[in-house]
Amino acid sequence: MESSMIYLDNAASTRVDPRVVEAMLPYFHDYYAVASSEFSHSPGLKAREALDHARNTIARRLKARDEEIVFTSGGTESNNLALKGAAQSFQGKRNHLICSSIEHNSVTHSCKWLESLGFHTTYLSVDQEGFVDLNQLEDSIDENTFLVSIQHGNQEVGTLQNLEAIGKICRSKEVLFHTDASQSFTFLELDLSRLPADLVTLSAHKIHGPRGVGALYVRQGTPIKKQLHGGYSEFDLRPGTENVAGAVGFGKAVELSTSEHVKRIRMMQSRLADGLTHDIDDVVLNGSQDLNKRLPGNINVSFNRIEGESVVLHLDMRQIAVITGSACFSRSLEPSYVMMAMGFSHERAHGSIRFTISRFNTPEEMNRVVETCREIARSLRSISPLHKQGV
Amino acid sequence: MSLPYTKKVLDHFMHPHNVGKIENPDASATEGSPACGDMVKLYLKVNEKTQIIEDIKFESYGCASNIATGSIITDLARGKTLEEAKTLNWKSAADALGGLPAVKVHCAVLAVDALRTAIENYEHQHGLLKEKTPTTRTVVLRRLSKVINPLAGLDVVKTKLVKKVEVENHKVTVYVELPSDHQFANNVRNEIEERIEPLWDVNQVKVIFTKQ
Ligand SMILES: Cc1ncc(COP(=O)(O)O)c(C=O)c1O
Repeated sequence: MESSMIYLDNAASTRVDPRVVEAMLPYFHDYYAVASSEFSHSPGLKAREALDHARNTIARRLKARDEEIVFTSGGTESNNLALKGAAQSFQGKRNHLICSSIEHNSVTHSCKWLESLGFHTTYLSVDQEGFVDLNQLEDSIDENTFLVSIQHGNQEVGTLQNLEAIGKICRSKEVLFHTDASQSFTFLELDLSRLPADLVTLSAHKIHGPRGVGALYVRQGTPIKKQLHGGYSEFDLRPGTENVAGAVGFGKAVELSTSEHVKRIRMMQSRLADGLTHDIDDVVLNGSQDLNKRLPGNINVSFNRIEGESVVLHLDMRQIAVITGSACFSRSLEPSYVMMAMGFSHERAHGSIRFTISRFNTPEEMNRVVETCREIARSLRSISPLHKQGV
Repeated sequence: MSLPYTKKVLDHFMHPHNVGKIENPDASATEGSPACGDMVKLYLKVNEKTQIIEDIKFESYGCASNIATGSIITDLARGKTLEEAKTLNWKSAADALGGLPAVKVHCAVLAVDALRTAIENYEHQHGLLKEKTPTTRTVVLRRLSKVINPLAGLDVVKTKLVKKVEVENHKVTVYVELPSDHQFANNVRNEIEERIEPLWDVNQVKVIFTKQ
């Protein structure tokens, strides 16, 4: 990427930290043996040691046990394994699962697949800020429900769900609780010694680790069946020759992610939110209005009377990378399902822009983004046939 | 991979020609809607004697294809007679822009449609129609099928937002199933009036909101 580019699409993927790359390289060049059992050759033992170390780093961050961390190929696979794996172990006994209507596609499409096999899903609605209604959740659980899957932070509008409350409900109703923490892991505390979650999805490339690596936390004793068949690795839940370098990179990324970064990101988040909503006319914040109930790096706004793809393209021309929920931008040519689920008009969805900040961004960049957005809004509004409501 | 747009498209997108409003236009037309993510409004000044388009402007709420097509089609139509301008189509615009991505046809076609409709409206209002077919319910419904239901992103006929249409004595009445104080009621009313009023034999358009 050109160095002058201001990259604000970190919810999609992040720059791999050079120290992560550095940590991974030996596992391509020198310790490339298969991670093996303790009765093997020493190169294999070296690889095993690295894999275990990475696993331990992640487990400690979650206050979990090492053997509860299952490495996968990423958030998508972890979500598939959690939902399908749990469903299969309840097959013939319970056939109902619950998720929110703003989950990542790897959750909702897994639900759709399970529906084709005879399971059925309740998709919980969300309010205007993207929060799940806990009463609706409680009412939706019946004797056939085996799993509730509700994400921690939303990929698009950043809204954080109340995991403690959801977990409590699930415990009291004796159903499994899965949460997709792909967007929140290391940015927000996840203490599994306290939080009653059974399955947690993690992904490395959202936190400056490599793409194609993730993990599923599986609380000890959780009934779940493997979905790939071949060998016995990863506690017999995920066969395949272990991606040692990937796991090492993931571990390193976790190690490097500190609360200092989160503070800095929060500071930039609030600067960006203030600038966009105060310095520019007719801009609304999408998602939680309380910034503390959003992912630290997420700001999503709608520029009223402007279409999102035009904003994205204008920003790109000025070296700023963001995305929009507008249909014109998406591959499906449909406006964002997250925005629609939040009850917004098509127009608001078409005008929505997502900015996602990482530790590699700077406060000065936020100022430049606000200034640039202001110019673009002025110029696109000057050619827009739409006029401000009530004016 | 680079951006899916030609340099020409990007030039017109960044610096569109002929943008803005014409006060007291001889004809105008709106196509698309904010709910679809693309909307174009086009204005014409026509020399009554020569039928040459002397001024043309457009306003756009939309993506790059939409803005660039509005810019190029108004360039192409300016100085042409109405008959000549009628032959302009999506392909004329796409060719002049050095090509447009296929998936963006629906955004790009709006400006071309707006030009067509504006010319048609002009003909209705200036006695230029070759065949003066009287306005019927079918004619009204066909025109209304271009008005978008802001709640659904699809047209008001298909989504049954329009409950009933009456045509009587040069007066058209459209019944819309929305409360009259609904946030979109005024928009829908304006769009319906704008679609039906230009018809040559229509003197009055009434929009009645039927929901409490
Ligand atoms: C909330 C959420 N879940 C799951 C995923 C999938 O993760 P991965 O790209 O590692 O498969 C993503 C990111 O794409 C995400 O944002």
